Amino acid sequence: MINIPSTFKISFRALRVNKMRSALTMLGIIIGVGAVIAMVAVGTGASRQIEAQISSMGSNLLIILPGATTSGGVRMGAGTQPTLSMGDAEAILKECPAVADVAPIHNGVGQVVYGHMNWSTGIVGTTPGVINVREWEFTAGRAFTQQDVKSATKVALLGQTVVDNLFGEQNPVGQSIRIKNVPFTVIGVLAKKGQSAQGQDQDDTILIPVTTAQKKLFGTQFPGMVRIIMVKAKSADNLASAEKQINELLRQRHHIGQKQDSDFTVRNLTQIMQAAEQSTKVMTMLLGAIASVSLLVGGIGIMNIMLVSVTERTREIGIRMAIGAKTWDIRLQFIIEALTLSLIGGIMGIIIGVSTSVILSNLSGWPTIVSPVSILLAFGFSGFIGIFFGFYPAYKASLLNPIDALRYE
Amino acid sequence: MALIEAQKLTKVYSLGDVDVRALDGISTVIEKGEFVAIMGQSGSGKSTFMNVLGCLDTPTDGQYLLDGVDTRHLSRDELAEIRNKKLGFVFQGFNLLSRTSAVENVELPLLYDGSPARERRERARAALKSVGLEGREDHHPNQLSGGQQQRVAIARALVNDAPIILADEPTGNLDTKTSIGIMELFVRLNKESNITVILVTHESDIAAFSKRIIRFSDGHIVSDEAVKKI
Repeated sequence: MINIPSTFKISFRALRVNKMRSALTMLGIIIGVGAVIAMVAVGTGASRQIEAQISSMGSNLLIILPGATTSGGVRMGAGTQPTLSMGDAEAILKECPAVADVAPIHNGVGQVVYGHMNWSTGIVGTTPGVINVREWEFTAGRAFTQQDVKSATKVALLGQTVVDNLFGEQNPVGQSIRIKNVPFTVIGVLAKKGQSAQGQDQDDTILIPVTTAQKKLFGTQFPGMVRIIMVKAKSADNLASAEKQINELLRQRHHIGQKQDSDFTVRNLTQIMQAAEQSTKVMTMLLGAIASVSLLVGGIGIMNIMLVSVTERTREIGIRMAIGAKTWDIRLQFIIEALTLSLIGGIMGIIIGVSTSVILSNLSGWPTIVSPVSILLAFGFSGFIGIFFGFYPAYKASLLNPIDALRYE
Repeated sequence: MALIEAQKLTKVYSLGDVDVRALDGISTVIEKGEFVAIMGQSGSGKSTFMNVLGCLDTPTDGQYLLDGVDTRHLSRDELAEIRNKKLGFVFQGFNLLSRTSAVENVELPLLYDGSPARERRERARAALKSVGLEGREDHHPNQLSGGQQQRVAIARALVNDAPIILADEPTGNLDTKTSIGIMELFVRLNKESNITVILVTHESDIAAFSKRIIRFSDGHIVSDEAVKKI
């Protein structure tokens, strides 16, 4: 019968005898586990940040930009020629099966006044579809309706930054504000989104009906035209087909011949962001893999020390065998010794890895996320390393011939 | 049934081309309660014989019955169990674990038969007391004299209530006065607890403490006689 608690006691004693050696052996595992946890935390933090940006932007998002003007052979770049109309937006929603919602955008910058406070912000004229496309939430009030768009009502939805600058703690819903001297009624407050991937404050904005923006605020040389159209595809799988359907539809609506260039561009932002996210994930795995190499080296260090220990203690093994230790008594003694080394190293590595992540994110501002899974994995893996690299020395010890072991000097 | 029964034991070591016959057809019987000294020159095969008796080594040929059990076809672990339950070893070099206290050294055999911790400690203390080392339980081997270390080793051999003690030159590293103390302890254990003691020695005054002397030479038994007490 194998006596586990006593075997643990024997192992602890053997490790205590060679404190320096045990500590140095553990150091390999400590560094390995610490590195894995810290590296994976950095990688996870980065990809989580990108994920957050994607979801704040609105998932499955396509942006249609108008084409370029060409004057005297000089092409002026995307967005310089108003080629997109409200009709385009309505047609996309109606005729492209892969599209879930659209939001035509006509925007500008304007001074906003409430009482004695004033603030300059981006004014976005759009349709109720924007709530769905950009995935806005409300902290107060409600969205404007299609009816508001139809009758160009002077209602506004405020982003949190605007609320903070004009109202402070006060509830803005129902209050009247002036945008470029035109009075508007605040009917809703948008929930905070934070920074966009480009570092813009997404909450520094006011949403108003697109018709109001066109007719009452910014005017337009081209009635019924919009700056851009935002489109939400039904799902991530539908992004490519939505892009294709929109291209076909708009080329047809804009009467563009087979060999002519389109007078608009469809940008798949989500895809770009997902590519970034994918590469961050690959980076995380790469960092983890590199750090795992040090864990492996640490394991080999344990095996090395255990082999030395078995040789050093050949006589002790002989004595134990002579007085009745069986094969597994001897094996377990050395496996538990290796396991103790690697598990203590693992625990210390976890502590060091977690604190390194915290220090890193405080010093460099990188977001780091230590997931419980990576801690469990690191702990389990260091245990596995102890057993794996401890087994061979233990096996070697258990095969010693008792007489030879007893005579060993 | 005899406690130990050896029939035509042979042990051959191959050293390159030469075969060395360390044991060459040894047959003998040792009954329970005997006190046997095995004598002989070095290389006579007496230590090999002890190793076979102690289930530390297996004979090349022949049969060894311990307490009626044929040891020939037993596995490593079965032999370990026999060593644990039926045999106690005392070595010339004491073979105690250094850095381990006296009482923990004595506990070791109990560790491998699964006795609970408290019982182990109690029996180890009792064994140390019976060899006259009460109060030295927590001393480490390097804090004990040679004679005291050998007493710890004897306590370790006793702790499992093994019926046989095998002592290989137990006084080889001790001075005469200490040796006599150790031998008197063996005599007492043999007489009072009816423990079978088999010891290897090359000193006749040590062998004189026993009741029977078997002499070895070149792997053969050359004489086997009872000791006449004066």
